[in-house]
Amino acid sequence: MSYLLWIIQIMFVPLVAPLGVGLINSLKARIQKRRGASLLQPYRNLWKLFYKDEVISRDASFIFRFAPFIAMGVTIIVGACLPIFTSTLSTPMSDLLAVVYTLALGTFFMALAGMDSGSAFGGSGSSREMTISAIVEASFISSILTVAFLSGTTNIAVMSAGLSPGSGNFLIPIVLAFAAFCIVLLAETSRYPFDNPDTHLELTMIHESMLLEFSGKRLALMEWAAANRLLIFSILAVNLFFPIGIAHDQAVLSVLLGISSTLLKVAIVYIVLAVLESTIAKYRFFRLPDLLLVAFVLNVVAIGLVL
Amino acid sequence: MMSALASPTMLIAAMALFGIGGVGAVLLRKSDRLANYWSSAFALFGSVTALVFAVSMLASGQTFVAQTTSDSFPLLSFALNIDRLAAFFLVTISIVTFFCSLYGIGYIKQYYGRYNIGYLGFLYNLFIVAMLLVVTSSNGIFFLIVWEIMSLASYFLVAYDRHDPENVKAGFLYLVMTHIGTAFILLAFILLYVHTGSFDFTVIQAAMPTVPAHIKDSVFLLALIGFGVKAGIIPLHIWLPAAHPAAPSHVSAIMSGVMIKTGIYMMIRLFLDVLQPAPLWWGIVVLVIAVASCVLGVLYALTEHDIKRLLAYHSIENIGIILLGVGSALVFSALGMSGLAVLALTAALFHTLNHAIFKSLLFLSAGSVIHATGTRNMEKYGGLIKLMPATGLFFLVGSIAISALPPLNGFFSEWLTFQALFQGIAQTDFYIKWLFIGVTAALALTSGLAVACFVKAFGVTFLARPRSQRAEKAHEASAVMIAGMAGLAVLCVAVGVGSSWIIAQLQTIAQGVLSAGDHATLVTVTSGHILSIAEGFATVSAPLLSLLLIAVPLVVWTITRFGINRSQRVTTGRTWDGGTDLTSRMEITSTGFARSIILIFRGLLKPSLQHSVEYEDAASRLIPRSRSVTLSVQDVYRRYLYRPVFIGFIHLSHWIKNGIQNGNINAYILYILVVLLVMLGLVGVW
Repeated sequence: MSYLLWIIQIMFVPLVAPLGVGLINSLKARIQKRRGASLLQPYRNLWKLFYKDEVISRDASFIFRFAPFIAMGVTIIVGACLPIFTSTLSTPMSDLLAVVYTLALGTFFMALAGMDSGSAFGGSGSSREMTISAIVEASFISSILTVAFLSGTTNIAVMSAGLSPGSGNFLIPIVLAFAAFCIVLLAETSRYPFDNPDTHLELTMIHESMLLEFSGKRLALMEWAAANRLLIFSILAVNLFFPIGIAHDQAVLSVLLGISSTLLKVAIVYIVLAVLESTIAKYRFFRLPDLLLVAFVLNVVAIGLVL
Repeated sequence: MMSALASPTMLIAAMALFGIGGVGAVLLRKSDRLANYWSSAFALFGSVTALVFAVSMLASGQTFVAQTTSDSFPLLSFALNIDRLAAFFLVTISIVTFFCSLYGIGYIKQYYGRYNIGYLGFLYNLFIVAMLLVVTSSNGIFFLIVWEIMSLASYFLVAYDRHDPENVKAGFLYLVMTHIGTAFILLAFILLYVHTGSFDFTVIQAAMPTVPAHIKDSVFLLALIGFGVKAGIIPLHIWLPAAHPAAPSHVSAIMSGVMIKTGIYMMIRLFLDVLQPAPLWWGIVVLVIAVASCVLGVLYALTEHDIKRLLAYHSIENIGIILLGVGSALVFSALGMSGLAVLALTAALFHTLNHAIFKSLLFLSAGSVIHATGTRNMEKYGGLIKLMPATGLFFLVGSIAISALPPLNGFFSEWLTFQALFQGIAQTDFYIKWLFIGVTAALALTSGLAVACFVKAFGVTFLARPRSQRAEKAHEASAVMIAGMAGLAVLCVAVGVGSSWIIAQLQTIAQGVLSAGDHATLVTVTSGHILSIAEGFATVSAPLLSLLLIAVPLVVWTITRFGINRSQRVTTGRTWDGGTDLTSRMEITSTGFARSIILIFRGLLKPSLQHSVEYEDAASRLIPRSRSVTLSVQDVYRRYLYRPVFIGFIHLSHWIKNGIQNGNINAYILYILVVLLVMLGLVGVW
């Protein structure tokens, strides 16, 4: 049973993530009065890219060649550490700081790969990406820290077991920390209003401009890793702050309930993202620190209320 | 066997080896090559001997005390006390000096025929001996003598490349600042002597209960300033970004890696050991200084495009992170939480060791880059990883380690520092809790910015295309230089993977310093090398983390390479250039990369932008000949702190010259009379 659960745990993020991207894209198409592609289109895209030939810049070094594997590997590792459907699968890998910094390792190599080919776009994309991720890190750590103090452990896999659901005292700090975490989510996964995931317009893009030189298998891995990242942050958002339905034992019924409740909650996050991206405009780059400051203040208040 | 290695003979042997190396180098100065080999080889032997001695001291857990005091000549008194803390710093120093000496054999060659290698060898060995004695001495006077030798030797090393006037200026600034620091330290020791009657640390510690509180507070402030200058805390740091780049790279590596740590060592020794018990506000002051140093240090590093100045500012940042641990330990021990104090001090010690390793690695690989390109300006680099792959790899390892990314050593010491701060938030009272919340946020911000800064440093230096002709013709470092860097890079990995074992050892050292028993154990290492804080509040397993981070990307690579579409064709082509010729001027530069962060923090950094246009014809101003834009960051410390003091001193000396020292003999006789009368009066009062 435990082995089976581990297999589900490890496979969940990479297998489900492209579906989420498909969901967002088709919803956005509907809002724009288009029919849009099928929900499974991202899987087809990945398949297509994996079977294409590849061009690598002659200026690029081994960093460019290995960065996609590191970026993908990091999201698989972190994906396996999350409280996806149960709070019973825990390893020392699920430590809050280990997760944050492992994700940062992926960003580090992705930013270096952006600079590696020597194009003007890649470099400016890396610069913008690192600017945002440098400032967002403090909010990332402190919003999860609020829950950690409530539950008495920084192991995110078992954190939800320490929270007694429905306890009124926790509600205000959790809601504040959740609001902060939502801003972190938007920033870390390059969504509106920080970045426009659909555009290749040089003035606005951040994440995409680092990927411009990638093609074939490496581009597939980079896009897959970005989808995984979005799912990782969504799972963190729903299962750390609102762990309703998550299984606290390994019985078949509670595991099934856990999986379906997570899918439902993550779907809600994706729907909100799609609506958000269809209704608001992207912020000017230098207004983003204001938003991150808001996240930071929310966190400080939340931690202050916990203690 | 163990006792033989841990005997003082080993220490004396190490000193003697350095001595032979130094003196021999001077005697062999006629031949550059011989002097280099002689001094470097004996520095290597000395480092190994000191390392073996210190490690066996730590392993056997004994303390070595040696003393010769003479009451009539206090200047001649000599006292060594090697406890676990001193032995730990001996280990740190000798590891770094070993690899730097190895690297030096190759690096010094560029000075052949230009400078005297014999004197370099002499000063280098003297510098190391003085550092080893600084961390082992236990007598104020003896300490000050070796401290001064260390400062002077390093001054001569900073100004060694004397044909560049900038280096001479940097050396002078260092000389002035370090002596200001020494003056404060001297005052602190004199105050202690007046109230305890001794310069000996153990006697001072024993007499501590009789010393009035305000004297202790003054000693704390004086020592904080004095040792803070050496450690490079903001705002006393101004010598550091000037002096570290000026010295030869293997010396910069030692200065940045271990010399500034002697300031940290003395702070730990005095504040957490000799002057205990300490009031709460000491810890708060240290924490505030630490926050300023780490946040501002990394922000200034981002503004730099001189690779060695960038690394020097990162030393300030990391000193700040170490002081976060020391300050938290002070706060916790003042609140009587000895377990937490041990945790915080362990984190500080571990970060001291790690910073010594990765910072010297970074300075050495920066040295290879400078050696190959002839400039410290990062804008003139680019694409070096293809020309010097080994150096590039080592710089990458150092960058990952200093950015606190797993699985290298920097991550685990920062992790431990975070845990100390988390426990501070969880277990202290209202006001102190808010202090720790702020400090935690500052550390998180610092580490985020450090990652950005090293993406910039590595990317601009080693990736994309060369941006100057010198960079196009760069060459790989020589074999000994690579060996020196490789050793440190391996240590970065090994200390990261073995961090749980090392943390357990450091915890015993910290318990010894704080005289806390085993019951105050917060860090436990459970089976499978899992590090656990406060009964499972946080757990991490270094071997598992390292294994996964290596294995999973490899599995992904294997599957994508061999599992899917094996017949894929990979071709090499040009970077997409949008239809224009892509030149190296279109790459992102160091200034450009950091510009957005600088603008976000413009309130702190005060960046300035100057446009100037030169015209062909000054009268009509129609056709511009050249346009230039100057970007700079204000040196607020010199402008608002040092300059007013400097101007004040000039005014004071003018006043003394014109008012008191007026050349009139009668007036001088009057002064003598007045002083005499005052003295007589004082004697009468007594």
